[in-house]
Amino acid sequence: MDVEILARIQFAFTVAFHYIYPPLSIGLGLLMVIFESTYIKTKKEEYKKLVKFWTKIFALTFGIGVATGIVMEFEFGTNWAVYSKYVGDIFGSALAAEGIFAFALESGFLGVLLFGWNRVKPWVHLVSTIGVFLGSMFSAIWIVAANSWQQTPAGYHIVGEGMNARAEITDFQAMVFNPSFLDRISHVWLGAFLAGIFLVLSVHAYYILKGRYISISKKAFKIALIAAALVSLSQLVSGSKAAEGVGKNQPAKLAAMEGVWTEKAPAEMYLLGWVDSKHEKTSGLSIPGGLSYLMYREFKAPVTGLKAFKKEDRPSQVNAVFQFYHLMIIIGIFLIGLTLLGSFMWWKGKLFSTRWLLRAFVLAAILPQIANQVGWFTAEMGRQPWVVYGLLRTSDAFSQAVSANQIVFSLIMFFILYLLLFLLFVYLLNKKIKKGIHDEPEVEDGVLREEIVELLTHKTNK
Amino acid sequence: MQTLFGLDYPTLWFLVVGGLFSGYAILDGFDFGAGAWHLFFKKEQSRRIGLNAIGPVWDGNEVWLVIGGGALFAGFPVMYAAFFSALYIPFMLFLFFLILRAISIEFRSKEEMLWWRKTWDIVYGISSTLLAFLLGVVLGNVLQGIAIDKNHNYTGSGFFEFLNPFALLVGFTTLSLFMLHGAIYLLLKTENRLFAKLTILVKKAIAFFLVSFGLTTAYALLFIPHLSDAIKTNPLMLIFPFLGFISIGILPKLVAKRKFRYAFLFSVLIISFMLMTVAVELYPNLLISTLNKEYTLTIYNSASSQKTLKIMLLMVAIGGPLVLTYTLFVYKVFAGKVKLDETSY
Ligand code: HDD
Ligand code: HEM
Ligand code: HEM
Repeated sequence: MDVEILARIQFAFTVAFHYIYPPLSIGLGLLMVIFESTYIKTKKEEYKKLVKFWTKIFALTFGIGVATGIVMEFEFGTNWAVYSKYVGDIFGSALAAEGIFAFALESGFLGVLLFGWNRVKPWVHLVSTIGVFLGSMFSAIWIVAANSWQQTPAGYHIVGEGMNARAEITDFQAMVFNPSFLDRISHVWLGAFLAGIFLVLSVHAYYILKGRYISISKKAFKIALIAAALVSLSQLVSGSKAAEGVGKNQPAKLAAMEGVWTEKAPAEMYLLGWVDSKHEKTSGLSIPGGLSYLMYREFKAPVTGLKAFKKEDRPSQVNAVFQFYHLMIIIGIFLIGLTLLGSFMWWKGKLFSTRWLLRAFVLAAILPQIANQVGWFTAEMGRQPWVVYGLLRTSDAFSQAVSANQIVFSLIMFFILYLLLFLLFVYLLNKKIKKGIHDEPEVEDGVLREEIVELLTHKTNK
Repeated sequence: MQTLFGLDYPTLWFLVVGGLFSGYAILDGFDFGAGAWHLFFKKEQSRRIGLNAIGPVWDGNEVWLVIGGGALFAGFPVMYAAFFSALYIPFMLFLFFLILRAISIEFRSKEEMLWWRKTWDIVYGISSTLLAFLLGVVLGNVLQGIAIDKNHNYTGSGFFEFLNPFALLVGFTTLSLFMLHGAIYLLLKTENRLFAKLTILVKKAIAFFLVSFGLTTAYALLFIPHLSDAIKTNPLMLIFPFLGFISIGILPKLVAKRKFRYAFLFSVLIISFMLMTVAVELYPNLLISTLNKEYTLTIYNSASSQKTLKIMLLMVAIGGPLVLTYTLFVYKVFAGKVKLDETSY
């Protein structure tokens, strides 16, 4: 395989793996802030235990998020040297801002969040939890700003030519608030919230089914269910706004997402379908005029097709983009249905006795994860053949100094490492959930604590 | 070209990037050092105390690398691209061990089984050691220069070329320096038996450091003439290596007198002065081409636009004090000797 394909596989693999964890951290952060505020307000010990329990799981997702994120930061230089030179001005400043404003905030307060329970006052601890949560929200801002710029460049001009061409900032604000930024950051945030919220729902549904920690689990489940209903509905709105934006700014991508080949008026919106790229045809179950309406609020408006673009200027994996996109939508709609059903049963007073529904919530935790992944695959594969939309081709962007062998080496190395990491993550997550919202010995003074440590370490030494 | 305090923007940004990487070396340096000593501790409790000494701070320390990387990308994108694609394998290995270190800290104490803890102990000790060593290897290659062509692409023979004698010597120097630094940090964080053991280990670290540092300096003076050029043209710059040597002279005395707080300050100073010397020797170059002087990357031919540099300097002016404030806050919360409790690793 050539360097370009390998570099893309390696990048996609590492970033997709990274993207399992930050959404969980962001989403869990949101709920931890809510739970801990409830604790401060009600002073009920159960909420403190709840926060402590979720903090431990947060520490796990956060740790892996950081470890895998550092790889991403350097991979632009290692794999995409030409791209890095081209966008350094713009992308680099977003990444640096992320470091200064987001990561430092996050990891600064993380220490207090994890280890500070006995060292600071409760409200200082809450402030630290909020700090960590805001830090993770900010890091999403900067990285998505950078990625949105490469989707819809703005606020720049090109200097130099050929191998030495590069984009320079002319207007910082226009660069950050590029045309797709606001749509995408809100969509990414909501997607991250869903990942965390559904994990919380899943674990507490599991406890209720097993008859453990019933009282606190019911409370936690209700809080999370309200959040899930609000967020999943907003996600639908935000998603259709994003699609509208794609239609305006990246028409070839939208055409691939919906499998439109020739310009159509009215254009249908598929619910399920199959794209035959060889014969340039799309078939399936569709709403007539749906796409026209989504784009222009009018059932008869024309929508541009893929054939309007030269073959080398349009995405090659049309069916993949189409399927990934539709899977995301199906999941989004399913999540809305599930949370509305849950809320309805709550209203009926049957939520916690409907076991099949609780079981569905246990399993549903995986769905936002899948939606997040396929959403990115849609966005990134639909952007092809460009790395920077309309400006720089992926085939021109990889590192000239790196050989295929080197990438294969690192790909295998990261594959093994990440596999190990993933297995450990699943194992420890499972273990923590099984162990439960543990009644830890509440240790007040140092002397007693020393004794317990003595006891514990004695046991492990033998 | 626009200037601020009489310095042009690329120079200012050179200072920022240098400062960030120095901060990283100082902070994660003691983490690496503490990790490199891990396998020297035999008791379960000692190992846990060693881990928890860096527990609340190692992650925050790593952020300096992240910000440094971002700053290099933003300010000198051409350097970022050329450097990381050239040293592809060393960097991938560095990232690999960085991840292994992180997960061994996280996972080691999560299970009681002896084999589990033993395995992670070994992973942790070895990856910390190799990380310290690899940083030195990379630095050694930067000081010597590498084979980059007109388009800033590396054209040399790859990984084994980076393991040349000078780079290896610098590798041992950083390893020994970090072990010294880490031992002193641990002395501040421990009590009783582990503390007593460390008072012996720290002396070994001093000896290890003096030998590797001596050899590296001698090699550099003999075989890499361009390194002393900058100082020859501007003797005033001799101040940094000079202060470095003085600090190296003072530190063993402080250790002998058991003034470990001051000793820690001095190991920080040694790292700082050594890196300042490196900066002086390189400036205004970033990556020297061994093929042709014309191809060398300097802060001028690899910098971003004036406008970007200006925006970035503004960000540092706003963000820097913020970061410092909460870093100090965290160190204050966790000051003092390590006490294990239910939140510990
Ligand atoms: C829980 C996660 C989740 C859910 C339920 C949805 N999405 Fe999504 N979607 C994402 C998570 C996500 C994402 C991972 O956050 C993406 C990837 C890139 C991006 O900016 O956001 C994304 C991208 C993305 C894009 C491409 C943006 C671009 O290329 O610039 C569109 C058009 C939509 N989404 C539309 C929708 C619609 C109409 C949904 C129906 C409910 C939907 N999404 C549900
Ligand atoms: C927000 C920050 C991100 C940036 C700046 C970014 C940038 C890039 C770049 C430079 C490439 C290589 C060139 C290319 O093949 O187009 C790429 C490819 C890719 N990225 Fe992203 N990416 C980001 C986030 C993500 C995330 C979170 C995911 C997935 C979960 C993702 C999935 C992919 C995939 C699948 C490819 C390969 C596309 C293909 O081969 O067709 N990206 N991205
Ligand atoms: C390809 C682009 C990406 C790069 C270069 C990148 C870089 C990084 C780095 C360096 C870290 C570790 C920071 C630390 O030391 O604290 C990290 C963690 C994190 N990243 Fe990414 N990242 C990318 C994609 C994303 C995306 C798309 C999001 C969110 C939408 C995201 C959100 C986060 C968050 C919240 C963390 C904190 C750790 C955690 O919560 O798990 N990242 N990332």
